[in-house]
Amino acid sequence: MTHVLVVGAGPAGLSAAVAASDAGARVTLLDSGDGLGGQYWRHLPLQRPAQREARLHHGWAAFDRLRGSLAGIEVVTEAQVWAIETHDGIAVHVLIGPADAGGRAARTLTPDALVLATGAHDRTLPFPGWNLPGVFSAGAAQALAKGERVAVGRRAVVAGAGPFLLPVAQSLTAAGARVLGVYEAARPSALAKGWLPRPWRLLGAAHKGGELAGYAAHHLGRRVPYRLGRAVVEARGDGRVEEVVIARLNADWSPVPGTERTLAADAVCVSHGFTPRLELPIAAGCRIGPDRFVAVDADQRTSVESVYAAGEITGIGGVDAALVEGRIAGARAAGAPASPADLKRRGATTDFARRIDAAHGIRRGWTSWLRDDTVVCRCEEVAYGPLCDAAAATDQAALRSVKLTSRAGLGICQARMCGRTVEELTGADPARAEDTTDRRPLAAPIRLGDLAAPATTCGKDTHV
Amino acid sequence: MSAIVPWETDPIRPDEPKPLHITVDGTRIEGLQGQSIAGVLLAHGTTEWRTTTAGRRRGVFCGIGVCFDCIAAVNGESDVRLCLRRANDGDTVTTQDDTKEAP
Repeated sequence: MTHVLVVGAGPAGLSAAVAASDAGARVTLLDSGDGLGGQYWRHLPLQRPAQREARLHHGWAAFDRLRGSLAGIEVVTEAQVWAIETHDGIAVHVLIGPADAGGRAARTLTPDALVLATGAHDRTLPFPGWNLPGVFSAGAAQALAKGERVAVGRRAVVAGAGPFLLPVAQSLTAAGARVLGVYEAARPSALAKGWLPRPWRLLGAAHKGGELAGYAAHHLGRRVPYRLGRAVVEARGDGRVEEVVIARLNADWSPVPGTERTLAADAVCVSHGFTPRLELPIAAGCRIGPDRFVAVDADQRTSVESVYAAGEITGIGGVDAALVEGRIAGARAAGAPASPADLKRRGATTDFARRIDAAHGIRRGWTSWLRDDTVVCRCEEVAYGPLCDAAAATDQAALRSVKLTSRAGLGICQARMCGRTVEELTGADPARAEDTTDRRPLAAPIRLGDLAAPATTCGKDTHV
Repeated sequence: MSAIVPWETDPIRPDEPKPLHITVDGTRIEGLQGQSIAGVLLAHGTTEWRTTTAGRRRGVFCGIGVCFDCIAAVNGESDVRLCLRRANDGDTVTTQDDTKEAP
Protein backbone atom coordinates (compact mmCIF):
# COMPACT_ATOMS: atom_id res chain seq x y z
CA MET A 1 0.00 0.00 0.00
CA THR A 2 1.36 3.43 -0.92
CA HIS A 3 2.27 5.54 2.09
CA VAL A 4 1.63 9.26 1.56
CA LEU A 5 2.98 11.78 4.06
CA VAL A 6 1.34 15.21 4.10
CA VAL A 7 3.07 18.08 5.93
CA GLY A 8 0.77 20.93 6.99
CA ALA A 9 -2.87 20.58 8.03
CA GLY A 10 -4.27 23.82 6.61
CA PRO A 11 -6.79 23.80 3.74
CA ALA A 12 -4.30 22.37 1.19
CA GLY A 13 -2.85 19.70 3.47
CA LEU A 14 -6.21 18.56 4.81
CA SER A 15 -7.68 18.20 1.35
CA ALA A 16 -4.51 16.40 0.14
CA ALA A 17 -4.66 13.94 3.04
CA VAL A 18 -8.35 13.17 2.47
CA ALA A 19 -7.86 12.81 -1.30
CA ALA A 20 -4.89 10.47 -0.86
CA SER A 21 -6.82 8.38 1.66
CA ASP A 22 -9.87 8.25 -0.65
CA ALA A 23 -7.54 7.01 -3.40
CA GLY A 24 -6.55 4.07 -1.20
CA ALA A 25 -3.22 5.21 0.22
CA ARG A 26 -2.07 4.88 3.80
CA VAL A 27 -1.79 8.50 4.93
CA THR A 28 0.10 10.32 7.69
CA LEU A 29 -0.75 14.00 8.24
CA LEU A 30 1.62 16.19 10.27
CA ASP A 31 1.16 19.69 11.61
CA SER A 32 3.52 21.75 13.77
CA GLY A 33 0.57 23.22 15.70
CA ASP A 34 -1.64 21.35 18.14
CA GLY A 35 -4.81 21.85 16.11
CA LEU A 36 -5.91 21.38 12.51
CA GLY A 37 -7.03 23.97 9.98
CA GLY A 38 -3.82 25.98 9.56
CA GLN A 39 -3.82 29.75 9.77
CA TYR A 40 -6.92 30.09 7.60
CA TRP A 41 -9.11 28.07 9.96
CA ARG A 42 -7.20 29.06 13.06
CA HIS A 43 -9.61 28.38 15.90
CA LEU A 44 -9.99 27.93 19.64
CA PRO A 45 -8.23 24.89 21.13
CA LEU A 46 -10.09 21.79 22.29
CA GLN A 47 -9.93 23.06 25.88
CA ARG A 48 -12.10 26.06 24.96
CA PRO A 49 -15.11 24.77 23.01
CA ALA A 50 -17.68 27.27 21.70
CA GLN A 51 -21.09 26.56 20.21
CA ARG A 52 -21.01 29.17 17.45
CA GLU A 53 -17.37 29.33 16.51
CA ALA A 54 -18.31 29.04 12.81
CA ARG A 55 -19.40 32.70 12.97
CA LEU A 56 -15.75 33.75 13.02
CA HIS A 57 -14.89 31.86 9.85
CA HIS A 58 -15.49 31.54 6.15
CA GLY A 59 -16.02 28.05 4.78
CA TRP A 60 -16.17 26.47 8.23
CA ALA A 61 -18.51 23.79 6.83
CA ALA A 62 -15.74 22.74 4.43
CA PHE A 63 -13.34 22.49 7.37
CA ASP A 64 -15.85 20.42 9.33
CA ARG A 65 -16.28 18.09 6.35
CA LEU A 66 -12.53 17.63 5.95
CA ARG A 67 -12.00 17.18 9.68
CA GLY A 68 -14.76 14.59 9.69
CA SER A 69 -13.10 12.65 6.85
CA LEU A 70 -9.85 11.83 8.63
CA ALA A 71 -10.86 8.36 9.86
CA GLY A 72 -8.06 5.95 9.02
CA ILE A 73 -5.53 8.76 8.58
CA GLU A 74 -2.72 8.95 11.12
CA VAL A 75 -2.78 12.56 12.35
CA VAL A 76 0.24 13.76 14.32
CA THR A 77 0.06 17.27 15.75
CA GLU A 78 2.87 19.27 17.43
CA ALA A 79 5.07 17.60 14.82
CA GLN A 80 7.92 19.83 13.66
CA VAL A 81 9.70 18.64 10.52
CA TRP A 82 13.27 19.86 10.75
CA ALA A 83 15.00 18.04 7.90
CA ILE A 84 14.10 16.19 4.70
CA GLU A 85 16.38 13.94 2.66
CA THR A 86 15.49 12.93 -0.87
CA HIS A 87 18.67 11.48 -2.37
CA ASP A 88 17.80 7.82 -1.75
CA GLY A 89 14.05 7.64 -1.26
CA ILE A 90 12.34 10.12 1.04
CA ALA A 91 13.29 10.50 4.72
CA VAL A 92 11.48 13.10 6.83
CA HIS A 93 12.87 13.91 10.28
CA VAL A 94 10.35 15.08 12.84
CA LEU A 95 10.36 16.20 16.47
CA ILE A 96 7.08 15.67 18.29
CA GLY A 97 6.09 17.65 21.37
CA PRO A 98 5.42 21.17 22.65
CA ALA A 99 6.95 24.04 20.64
CA ASP A 100 10.66 24.65 21.33
CA ALA A 101 10.79 22.05 24.11
CA GLY A 102 13.97 20.05 24.57
CA GLY A 103 13.77 16.26 24.55
CA ARG A 104 10.88 15.98 22.11
CA ALA A 105 10.30 12.53 20.63
CA ALA A 106 12.27 12.13 17.40
CA ARG A 107 10.77 10.20 14.54
CA THR A 108 11.87 9.55 10.97
CA LEU A 109 9.27 8.76 8.33
CA THR A 110 10.08 7.15 4.98
CA PRO A 111 6.93 7.55 2.86
CA ASP A 112 6.54 6.57 -0.79
CA ALA A 113 5.29 10.07 -1.62
CA LEU A 114 5.36 13.42 0.13
CA VAL A 115 2.93 16.34 -0.14
CA LEU A 116 4.24 19.66 1.19
CA ALA A 117 1.56 22.17 2.21
CA THR A 118 3.37 24.47 4.62
CA GLY A 119 1.53 27.68 3.71
CA ALA A 120 2.73 31.26 4.08
CA HIS A 121 3.19 33.97 6.65
CA ASP A 122 2.50 37.62 6.12
CA ARG A 123 5.22 39.99 5.04
CA THR A 124 5.41 43.34 6.79
CA LEU A 125 7.53 46.11 5.27
CA PRO A 126 9.48 48.12 7.85
CA PHE A 127 8.51 51.68 8.73
CA PRO A 128 9.75 54.02 11.49
CA GLY A 129 8.49 52.66 14.82
CA TRP A 130 7.43 49.23 13.53
CA ASN A 131 9.55 47.65 16.26
CA LEU A 132 7.50 49.30 19.04
CA PRO A 133 5.26 47.08 21.15
CA GLY A 134 1.74 47.53 19.84
CA VAL A 135 2.74 46.99 16.21
CA PHE A 136 1.67 43.54 15.04
CA SER A 137 1.65 41.72 11.77
CA ALA A 138 -1.93 41.56 10.53
CA GLY A 139 -1.65 37.78 10.76
CA ALA A 140 -0.91 38.05 14.49
CA ALA A 141 -4.03 40.14 15.06
CA GLN A 142 -6.03 37.55 13.12
CA ALA A 143 -4.50 34.52 14.88
CA LEU A 144 -5.01 36.03 18.33
CA ALA A 145 -8.60 37.09 17.62
CA LYS A 146 -9.62 33.70 16.22
CA GLY A 147 -7.38 31.40 18.23
CA GLU A 148 -7.38 33.17 21.60
CA ARG A 149 -10.35 35.61 21.51
CA VAL A 150 -7.85 38.37 22.24
CA ALA A 151 -8.00 41.82 20.62
CA VAL A 152 -4.46 43.18 20.32
CA GLY A 153 -5.65 46.71 21.12
CA ARG A 154 -8.69 48.87 21.85
CA ARG A 155 -8.12 51.46 19.08
CA ALA A 156 -6.58 49.62 16.15
CA VAL A 157 -5.38 50.62 12.70
CA VAL A 158 -5.16 47.97 9.97
CA ALA A 159 -2.82 48.76 7.08
CA GLY A 160 -0.75 47.33 4.26
CA ALA A 161 -1.93 45.76 1.03
CA GLY A 162 -4.20 42.99 -0.12
CA PRO A 163 -7.61 41.47 0.49
CA PHE A 164 -6.37 39.88 3.76
CA LEU A 165 -6.69 43.25 5.53
CA LEU A 166 -10.48 43.02 5.43
CA PRO A 167 -10.96 39.77 7.39
CA VAL A 168 -8.37 41.04 9.88
CA ALA A 169 -10.39 44.20 10.50
CA GLN A 170 -13.52 42.10 10.86
CA SER A 171 -11.89 39.74 13.37
CA LEU A 172 -10.57 42.66 15.42
CA THR A 173 -14.02 44.23 15.51
CA ALA A 174 -15.58 40.91 16.51
CA ALA A 175 -13.01 40.65 19.34
CA GLY A 176 -14.04 44.04 20.75
CA ALA A 177 -11.50 46.42 19.22
CA ARG A 178 -12.50 49.66 17.56
CA VAL A 179 -10.93 49.62 14.08
CA LEU A 180 -10.19 53.23 13.17
CA GLY A 181 -9.64 52.41 9.52
CA VAL A 182 -8.24 50.00 6.96
CA TYR A 183 -5.50 51.70 4.94
CA GLU A 184 -4.75 49.93 1.66
CA ALA A 185 -1.61 51.01 -0.20
CA ALA A 186 -3.00 50.19 -3.63
CA ARG A 187 -4.69 53.10 -5.34
CA PRO A 188 -8.03 52.76 -7.13
CA SER A 189 -6.31 52.51 -10.54
CA ALA A 190 -4.24 49.52 -9.39
CA LEU A 191 -7.28 47.85 -7.87
CA ALA A 192 -9.16 48.32 -11.14
CA LYS A 193 -6.23 46.91 -13.12
CA GLY A 194 -6.16 43.81 -10.94
CA TRP A 195 -9.82 43.13 -10.32
CA LEU A 196 -11.86 44.57 -13.21
CA PRO A 197 -10.50 43.00 -16.43
CA ARG A 198 -12.21 39.81 -17.61
CA PRO A 199 -14.57 39.67 -14.64
CA TRP A 200 -16.13 36.42 -15.95
CA ARG A 201 -12.90 34.67 -14.99
CA LEU A 202 -13.61 35.47 -11.36
CA LEU A 203 -16.62 33.17 -11.61
CA GLY A 204 -14.21 30.30 -11.22
CA ALA A 205 -13.29 31.76 -7.85
CA ALA A 206 -16.87 32.69 -7.05
CA HIS A 207 -16.64 31.72 -3.41
CA LYS A 208 -13.65 34.02 -2.96
CA GLY A 209 -15.46 36.89 -4.66
CA GLY A 210 -18.42 36.32 -2.36
CA GLU A 211 -16.16 36.31 0.65
CA LEU A 212 -14.67 39.68 -0.32
CA ALA A 213 -18.11 41.16 -1.05
CA GLY A 214 -19.16 39.98 2.40
CA TYR A 215 -16.32 41.86 4.02
CA ALA A 216 -17.11 45.02 2.04
CA ALA A 217 -20.72 44.85 3.22
CA HIS A 218 -19.52 44.28 6.77
CA HIS A 219 -17.33 47.36 6.67
CA LEU A 220 -20.05 49.54 5.25
CA GLY A 221 -22.38 48.25 7.92
CA ARG A 222 -19.93 48.85 10.74
CA ARG A 223 -18.65 52.11 9.26
CA VAL A 224 -14.99 51.13 9.33
CA PRO A 225 -13.37 53.42 6.75
CA TYR A 226 -11.59 51.56 3.93
CA ARG A 227 -9.14 54.04 2.41
CA LEU A 228 -7.16 53.36 -0.76
CA GLY A 229 -3.72 54.70 -1.65
CA ARG A 230 -2.70 55.19 1.98
CA ALA A 231 -0.12 53.73 4.31
CA VAL A 232 1.03 53.85 7.89
CA VAL A 233 4.40 55.61 7.49
CA GLU A 234 5.27 55.83 11.17
CA ALA A 235 4.26 54.53 14.59
CA ARG A 236 5.17 56.71 17.56
CA GLY A 237 5.02 56.41 21.30
CA ASP A 238 6.95 56.40 24.52
CA GLY A 239 7.96 52.75 24.75
CA ARG A 240 4.84 51.55 22.92
CA VAL A 241 2.48 52.67 20.19
CA GLU A 242 0.46 55.75 21.07
CA GLU A 243 -0.15 57.23 17.65
CA VAL A 244 0.28 56.37 13.99
CA VAL A 245 1.01 58.58 11.01
CA ILE A 246 -0.93 57.88 7.84
CA ALA A 247 0.02 59.38 4.49
CA ARG A 248 -1.38 59.31 0.97
CA LEU A 249 0.70 57.34 -1.51
CA ASN A 250 1.71 57.84 -5.10
CA ALA A 251 1.20 54.98 -7.54
CA ASP A 252 4.73 53.74 -6.71
CA TRP A 253 3.82 53.74 -2.97
CA SER A 254 6.05 56.71 -2.14
CA PRO A 255 4.27 58.96 0.40
CA VAL A 256 2.91 62.28 -0.89
CA PRO A 257 4.59 65.00 1.23
CA GLY A 258 2.20 67.13 3.24
CA THR A 259 -0.57 64.51 3.41
CA GLU A 260 0.43 63.05 6.79
CA ARG A 261 -2.32 62.67 9.34
CA THR A 262 -1.89 61.45 12.92
CA LEU A 263 -4.30 59.12 14.70
CA ALA A 264 -4.24 58.13 18.36
CA ALA A 265 -4.12 54.32 18.41
CA ASP A 266 -2.76 51.57 20.65
CA ALA A 267 -2.43 48.86 18.01
CA VAL A 268 -1.25 48.81 14.39
CA CYS A 269 -1.77 45.63 12.38
CA VAL A 270 0.20 45.57 9.15
CA SER A 271 0.64 43.16 6.25
CA HIS A 272 1.93 43.87 2.73
CA GLY A 273 1.42 40.41 1.28
CA PHE A 274 2.63 36.91 1.99
CA THR A 275 5.92 35.02 2.02
CA PRO A 276 5.69 31.29 1.28
CA ARG A 277 7.24 29.00 3.90
CA LEU A 278 9.85 27.44 1.64
CA GLU A 279 12.12 25.81 4.25
CA LEU A 280 10.84 22.28 3.67
CA PRO A 281 10.56 22.41 -0.14
CA ILE A 282 14.12 23.77 -0.25
CA ALA A 283 15.30 21.08 2.19
CA ALA A 284 13.68 18.48 -0.10
CA GLY A 285 15.54 19.93 -3.09
CA CYS A 286 12.45 21.20 -4.92
CA ARG A 287 13.06 23.73 -7.65
CA ILE A 288 11.87 27.22 -6.74
CA GLY A 289 10.53 29.19 -9.71
CA PRO A 290 11.52 32.73 -10.72
CA ASP A 291 8.42 33.96 -8.87
CA ARG A 292 9.95 32.39 -5.72
CA PHE A 293 7.21 29.85 -5.21
CA VAL A 294 7.65 26.08 -5.48
CA ALA A 295 7.56 25.15 -9.17
CA VAL A 296 4.86 22.53 -9.84
CA ASP A 297 3.28 21.00 -12.93
CA ALA A 298 -0.47 20.61 -13.53
CA ASP A 299 -0.41 17.55 -11.24
CA GLN A 300 1.20 19.60 -8.40
CA ARG A 301 4.39 17.57 -8.90
CA THR A 302 7.62 19.34 -7.88
CA SER A 303 11.01 18.85 -9.54
CA VAL A 304 11.78 16.04 -7.06
CA GLU A 305 10.55 12.51 -7.68
CA SER A 306 7.44 11.67 -5.58
CA VAL A 307 7.37 15.08 -3.89
CA TYR A 308 4.25 17.23 -4.44
CA ALA A 309 3.37 20.73 -3.25
CA ALA A 310 0.01 22.46 -2.77
CA GLY A 311 -1.43 25.68 -1.42
CA GLU A 312 0.29 28.99 -0.78
CA ILE A 313 3.85 27.65 -1.22
CA THR A 314 3.01 27.27 -4.94
CA GLY A 315 1.48 30.76 -5.29
CA ILE A 316 -0.78 33.00 -3.24
CA GLY A 317 -4.20 31.91 -4.46
CA GLY A 318 -6.38 31.80 -1.38
CA VAL A 319 -8.41 29.00 0.13
CA ASP A 320 -10.18 27.83 -3.05
CA ALA A 321 -6.88 27.31 -4.86
CA ALA A 322 -5.43 25.56 -1.80
CA LEU A 323 -8.33 23.10 -1.58
CA VAL A 324 -8.21 22.25 -5.29
CA GLU A 325 -4.42 21.92 -5.38
CA GLY A 326 -4.51 19.77 -2.26
CA ARG A 327 -7.03 17.38 -3.83
CA ILE A 328 -4.94 17.09 -7.01
CA ALA A 329 -1.68 16.58 -5.08
CA GLY A 330 -3.22 14.02 -2.72
CA ALA A 331 -4.76 11.95 -5.50
CA ARG A 332 -1.58 12.00 -7.63
CA ALA A 333 0.66 11.20 -4.64
CA ALA A 334 -1.53 8.14 -4.03
CA GLY A 335 -1.08 7.10 -7.67
CA ALA A 336 -4.65 7.97 -8.72
CA PRO A 337 -5.68 10.42 -11.46
CA ALA A 338 -6.86 13.89 -10.46
CA SER A 339 -10.49 14.68 -11.23
CA PRO A 340 -10.93 16.58 -14.54
CA ALA A 341 -13.18 19.08 -12.74
CA ASP A 342 -10.38 19.89 -10.28
CA LEU A 343 -7.84 20.30 -13.08
CA LYS A 344 -10.21 22.81 -14.71
CA ARG A 345 -10.83 24.68 -11.44
CA ARG A 346 -7.09 24.95 -10.88
CA GLY A 347 -6.79 27.23 -13.94
CA ALA A 348 -9.41 29.63 -12.59
CA THR A 349 -7.67 29.98 -9.22
CA THR A 350 -4.31 30.75 -10.84
CA ASP A 351 -5.98 33.79 -12.38
CA PHE A 352 -6.94 34.94 -8.89
CA ALA A 353 -3.30 34.93 -7.74
CA ARG A 354 -2.31 37.08 -10.74
CA ARG A 355 -5.04 39.58 -9.90
CA ILE A 356 -3.88 39.94 -6.29
CA ASP A 357 -0.39 40.71 -7.49
CA ALA A 358 -1.52 43.20 -10.15
CA ALA A 359 -3.71 45.05 -7.65
CA HIS A 360 -1.75 44.83 -4.41
CA GLY A 361 1.85 43.88 -5.29
CA ILE A 362 4.58 45.84 -3.44
CA ARG A 363 5.76 48.93 -5.40
CA ARG A 364 9.33 50.17 -5.11
CA GLY A 365 8.57 53.67 -3.80
CA TRP A 366 7.81 52.31 -0.32
CA THR A 367 11.49 52.68 0.65
CA SER A 368 11.08 56.47 0.75
CA TRP A 369 9.20 56.19 4.07
CA LEU A 370 12.35 54.68 5.65
CA ARG A 371 14.78 56.81 7.68
CA ASP A 372 18.43 56.08 8.42
CA ASP A 373 17.53 54.90 11.93
CA THR A 374 14.54 52.74 10.91
CA VAL A 375 15.17 49.18 12.07
CA VAL A 376 15.05 46.76 9.13
CA CYS A 377 16.25 43.51 10.76
CA ARG A 378 14.26 43.19 13.99
CA CYS A 379 16.43 40.43 15.52
CA GLU A 380 19.83 42.10 15.14
CA GLU A 381 18.34 45.62 15.22
CA VAL A 382 20.11 46.70 12.04
CA ALA A 383 18.86 50.05 10.78
CA TYR A 384 18.40 51.18 7.18
CA GLY A 385 21.36 53.62 7.16
CA PRO A 386 24.00 51.14 8.38
CA LEU A 387 22.57 48.49 6.07
CA CYS A 388 22.95 50.78 3.05
CA ASP A 389 26.49 51.70 4.20
CA ALA A 390 27.39 48.00 4.41
CA ALA A 391 26.00 47.40 0.93
CA ALA A 392 27.90 50.40 -0.48
CA ALA A 393 31.16 49.30 1.18
CA THR A 394 30.89 45.81 -0.28
CA ASP A 395 32.55 45.59 -3.69
CA GLN A 396 30.16 43.15 -5.26
CA ALA A 397 26.52 43.21 -4.32
CA ALA A 398 26.91 39.78 -2.74
CA LEU A 399 24.22 39.46 -0.12
CA ARG A 400 26.35 37.15 2.00
CA SER A 401 29.01 39.83 2.50
CA VAL A 402 26.42 42.48 3.27
CA LYS A 403 24.82 40.20 5.84
CA LEU A 404 28.12 39.34 7.51
CA THR A 405 29.17 43.00 7.64
CA SER A 406 25.86 44.41 8.86
CA ARG A 407 24.47 41.30 10.64
CA ALA A 408 21.09 41.93 8.96
CA GLY A 409 19.25 38.64 8.55
CA LEU A 410 21.58 36.70 10.83
CA GLY A 411 19.42 36.76 13.97
CA ILE A 412 17.25 34.15 15.61
CA CYS A 413 14.43 34.31 13.03
CA GLN A 414 16.99 33.42 10.34
CA ALA A 415 15.82 36.25 8.05
CA ARG A 416 12.25 34.97 7.93
CA MET A 417 10.95 38.48 8.70
CA CYS A 418 13.44 40.78 6.96
CA GLY A 419 15.09 38.56 4.33
CA ARG A 420 13.26 39.70 1.24
CA THR A 421 13.35 43.31 2.41
CA VAL A 422 17.14 43.14 2.95
CA GLU A 423 17.53 41.66 -0.53
CA GLU A 424 15.53 44.51 -2.02
CA LEU A 425 17.30 47.26 -0.08
CA THR A 426 20.79 45.98 -0.89
CA GLY A 427 20.12 45.32 -4.56
CA ALA A 428 20.64 41.57 -4.23
CA ASP A 429 19.63 39.34 -7.11
CA PRO A 430 17.58 36.53 -5.56
CA ALA A 431 17.82 34.56 -8.82
CA ARG A 432 21.41 33.80 -7.73
CA ALA A 433 21.42 31.08 -5.10
CA GLU A 434 23.98 32.91 -2.95
CA ASP A 435 21.79 36.03 -2.92
CA THR A 436 18.56 34.50 -1.66
CA THR A 437 17.66 34.62 2.00
CA ASP A 438 15.29 31.66 1.56
CA ARG A 439 17.99 29.05 2.25
CA ARG A 440 18.53 28.08 5.87
CA PRO A 441 20.81 25.38 7.28
CA LEU A 442 18.00 23.88 9.35
CA ALA A 443 14.38 23.93 8.26
CA ALA A 444 13.23 24.60 11.83
CA PRO A 445 14.95 25.67 15.04
CA ILE A 446 15.84 22.73 17.27
CA ARG A 447 17.95 22.36 20.37
CA LEU A 448 21.49 21.03 20.01
CA GLY A 449 20.75 18.11 22.33
CA ASP A 450 18.02 16.91 19.98
CA LEU A 451 20.41 16.86 17.04
CA ALA A 452 22.49 14.28 18.88
CA ALA A 453 19.56 12.13 20.05
CA PRO A 454 18.70 9.05 17.95
CA ALA A 455 15.38 8.93 16.12
CA THR A 456 12.81 6.34 17.04
CA THR A 457 9.75 5.17 15.22
CA CYS A 458 7.51 5.63 18.22
CA GLY A 459 6.12 9.02 19.09
CA LYS A 460 3.21 10.71 20.76
CA ASP A 461 0.61 10.41 18.02
CA THR A 462 -2.48 12.42 18.70
CA HIS A 463 -5.75 12.11 16.88
CA VAL A 464 -7.64 15.39 16.80
CA MET B 1 -4.11 47.71 25.43
CA SER B 2 -4.81 44.14 24.48
CA ALA B 3 -7.82 42.42 26.06
CA ILE B 4 -9.70 39.12 25.95
CA VAL B 5 -13.37 38.91 24.98
CA PRO B 6 -15.26 38.10 28.21
CA TRP B 7 -16.62 34.59 27.69
CA GLU B 8 -20.00 35.47 29.18
CA THR B 9 -20.74 37.99 26.42
CA ASP B 10 -18.86 36.42 23.52
CA PRO B 11 -21.38 35.86 20.69
CA ILE B 12 -19.68 32.58 19.74
CA ARG B 13 -21.03 31.18 23.05
CA PRO B 14 -18.03 29.49 24.58
CA ASP B 15 -18.36 27.03 27.45
CA GLU B 16 -17.22 28.39 30.80
CA PRO B 17 -13.41 28.26 30.56
CA LYS B 18 -11.34 26.43 33.15
CA PRO B 19 -8.70 28.51 34.94
CA LEU B 20 -4.99 27.81 35.33
CA HIS B 21 -2.13 29.68 36.97
CA ILE B 22 1.34 30.44 35.74
CA THR B 23 4.16 32.41 37.33
CA VAL B 24 5.80 35.20 35.31
CA ASP B 25 8.99 36.64 36.85
CA GLY B 26 7.73 35.55 40.26
CA THR B 27 4.20 36.94 39.90
CA ARG B 28 1.29 34.48 39.85
CA ILE B 29 -1.06 35.13 36.92
CA GLU B 30 -4.40 33.51 36.17
CA GLY B 31 -5.08 32.25 32.69
CA LEU B 32 -7.45 29.90 30.92
CA GLN B 33 -6.80 26.33 29.92
CA GLY B 34 -6.02 26.24 26.22
CA GLN B 35 -4.42 29.69 26.06
CA SER B 36 -0.90 30.11 24.75
CA ILE B 37 1.44 31.74 27.27
CA ALA B 38 1.44 34.83 25.03
CA GLY B 39 -2.36 34.65 25.12
CA VAL B 40 -2.35 34.64 28.94
CA LEU B 41 -0.12 37.74 28.98
CA LEU B 42 -2.08 39.60 26.28
CA ALA B 43 -5.37 38.82 28.02
CA HIS B 44 -3.91 40.67 31.03
CA GLY B 45 -3.05 43.67 28.86
CA THR B 46 0.67 42.86 28.84
CA THR B 47 2.00 43.48 25.33
CA GLU B 48 5.76 43.48 25.97
CA TRP B 49 8.06 41.25 28.01
CA ARG B 50 11.41 40.86 26.29
CA THR B 51 14.26 43.40 26.25
CA THR B 52 16.53 43.43 23.20
CA THR B 53 20.28 44.00 23.15
CA ALA B 54 19.60 47.66 22.35
CA GLY B 55 17.31 47.88 25.37
CA ARG B 56 14.06 48.00 23.40
CA ARG B 57 10.96 46.18 24.53
CA ARG B 58 9.24 43.45 22.52
CA GLY B 59 6.23 41.19 22.78
CA VAL B 60 4.21 39.40 20.12
CA PHE B 61 4.79 40.56 16.55
CA CYS B 62 3.93 37.76 14.08
CA GLY B 63 1.83 35.63 16.41
CA ILE B 64 2.53 32.41 14.49
CA GLY B 65 6.06 31.43 15.45
CA VAL B 66 8.02 33.10 12.65
CA CYS B 67 9.58 36.24 14.18
CA PHE B 68 10.87 35.00 17.59
CA ASP B 69 10.14 38.40 19.17
CA CYS B 70 8.03 36.83 21.95
CA ILE B 71 10.59 34.34 23.30
CA ALA B 72 11.07 33.77 27.05
CA ALA B 73 12.33 31.01 29.31
CA VAL B 74 9.67 28.46 30.27
CA ASN B 75 10.36 26.10 33.17
CA GLY B 76 14.06 26.87 32.88
CA GLU B 77 14.32 26.37 29.12
CA SER B 78 15.22 29.60 27.27
CA ASP B 79 14.10 30.90 23.86
CA VAL B 80 10.59 29.39 23.85
CA ARG B 81 8.17 31.11 21.47
CA LEU B 82 5.31 32.04 23.81
CA CYS B 83 2.83 32.43 20.93
CA LEU B 84 3.24 28.73 20.13
CA ARG B 85 3.50 27.26 23.62
CA ARG B 86 0.26 26.33 25.39
CA ALA B 87 0.19 27.37 29.04
CA ASN B 88 0.18 24.51 31.54
CA ASP B 89 -0.93 24.95 35.11
CA GLY B 90 2.15 25.76 37.19
CA ASP B 91 4.39 26.90 34.30
CA THR B 92 7.19 29.21 35.39
CA VAL B 93 8.03 31.92 32.86
CA THR B 94 11.15 34.06 33.12
CA THR B 95 11.40 36.97 30.71
CA GLN B 96 14.65 37.50 28.82
CA ASP B 97 16.73 40.67 28.96
CA ASP B 98 19.41 40.61 26.26
CA THR B 99 21.18 43.65 27.70
CA LYS B 100 22.18 41.52 30.69
CA GLU B 101 23.56 38.53 28.85
CA ALA B 102 27.24 37.98 28.26
CA PRO B 103 28.32 39.36 24.87
